[in-house]
Amino acid sequence: MTDTATAVSRAEVVAVACAEAWRGDGEIVASPFGTIPAIGARLARLTFEPDLVLTDGEAALMANTPSVSSDRSHFVLEAWLPYRRVFDVVWSGRRHVMMMATQVDRYGNQNISCIGDWARPKTQLIGVRGAPGNTINHTTSYWVPSHSPRSFVDHVDMVGGVGYDRAAAAGPAATRFHEIRVVISNLGVFDFDTPDHAMRLRSLHPGVTVDDVVAATGFDLVIPSPVPTSRLPDAEELELIREVLDPTRLRDKELPE
Amino acid sequence: MGDKRVALDEMVADLRPGMTVGFGGWGSRRKPMAAVRAIVRAGIGDLTVVSYGGPDVGVLCAAGLVRKVVYGFVTLDSIALDPHFRAARQTGRIGAMEVDEGMFYLGLLAASQRLPFLPTRAGLGSDVLRVNPELRTVTSPYADAEELVAMPALTLDAAFVHLNRADTHGNGQILGPDPFFDELFLGAAARRFVTAEKVVAPGALLDEGPIQTVTVSRLLTDAVADVPGGAHFTSCPPDYDRDETFQKHYAASGADADAWAAFSERYLQVDELGYRAAVRETAASSATSARGAS
Repeated sequence: MTDTATAVSRAEVVAVACAEAWRGDGEIVASPFGTIPAIGARLARLTFEPDLVLTDGEAALMANTPSVSSDRSHFVLEAWLPYRRVFDVVWSGRRHVMMMATQVDRYGNQNISCIGDWARPKTQLIGVRGAPGNTINHTTSYWVPSHSPRSFVDHVDMVGGVGYDRAAAAGPAATRFHEIRVVISNLGVFDFDTPDHAMRLRSLHPGVTVDDVVAATGFDLVIPSPVPTSRLPDAEELELIREVLDPTRLRDKELPE
Repeated sequence: MGDKRVALDEMVADLRPGMTVGFGGWGSRRKPMAAVRAIVRAGIGDLTVVSYGGPDVGVLCAAGLVRKVVYGFVTLDSIALDPHFRAARQTGRIGAMEVDEGMFYLGLLAASQRLPFLPTRAGLGSDVLRVNPELRTVTSPYADAEELVAMPALTLDAAFVHLNRADTHGNGQILGPDPFFDELFLGAAARRFVTAEKVVAPGALLDEGPIQTVTVSRLLTDAVADVPGGAHFTSCPPDYDRDETFQKHYAASGADADAWAAFSERYLQVDELGYRAAVRETAASSATSARGAS
């Protein structure tokens, strides 16, 4: 093998960071949005979280752990989960979703609804989808492929996914099952493990500096000293990512080197 | 028992401007698109459209028939966003009620159970409550005293769903993997319309699939229309997948007013048979040009 083939890519580091988000979750539904989160959830199931439950992206749970480029003929299904039943899972809390965020703020409020004033948006996006209900009922994480002052903002334009400050203001019914676990970007991993749940830099991906992150973030982050480095995949994980879960390198399309 | 079969255009003739109309399916999946096309042909406007939104929303917005959309999202699935819905929102031409998709489900459920609202945590702390100031919270009367969102009933004047099979009495069958929320759309509506890929004799649905696939009983339907291809270009498994090529063609009609006018003239200012013929011609000519390119 050449050095080029063995050098770990940023996308592979992010896949491991995504897998780590589900560590300790046990027998719950892991719902990843995006290619690299999907690799991460499958990687977690094939290594340290074997009881995780994965969906087929349509109306069923999937017993096997095929590559993210597999077509449906390779899926082994284990149970029926149509959209209406998904809410039984969401509202019972047996789920940890990793959604994407067009905007995310200091307290983990998320927006995928629109840019600008909601009443007449500059840019209409998909809508809040299930973000309000997800965040208030079960653990939620976010994946932001392009970390910039436009995505990490002081205030999001429309709060779909509820952050810590907004949950607290809404009262005990809102905070009871609320947890924003991590935000993963192309630059690092972020959490809310601070006294007031303000976003903290948890780790930098290899090759990224604190200055890079600060320059790309539209609010003041909590920055520990020293800052850990996001962990690299071990040999088994690297082989699973490259040979089993993403042999066609879809991860590089989502996060080019 | 009555024979509930009617022509598609007869169903639409029951609609009036200003009605609140729900559409079954989800995103670009098993949408009652033939019914949407019939509404466009009939030109019934000022509608409040209630939908797990896909191209049903986009087509009606582009046709200028929408006063307001009630939605949790609008997407074409394989294409993330619908250009016509975006344009309608960005120009301020339509009103909107945007809610969490679980709140949306409870709104339909409340309407189908004749309840004023159902309580939920979903929405608490989010801007869904800010942008919909009519939404209220309710305090649990029990010891927990939790303050929850009171999702109001989404009561519909009419609902359209497109199913794989139906019988002449109005029982409906979904052979694909997901029934979505179609039963609830019908339950929430005063006028309940089912289109189907195939309408069979009473009792014959069990020749098509097991009893558990007959999820829509005739209690929930007023009229049935035999409309093969009635979900096109959205997916309708196992009868057909999404027509991705045509969906791209549809999305491209959002480029400008001329593109929409051309799309509308070719595919919407014709009846359903004319639509199918135009779709076949488009498919044939793009296959020819693809061969020419290679």
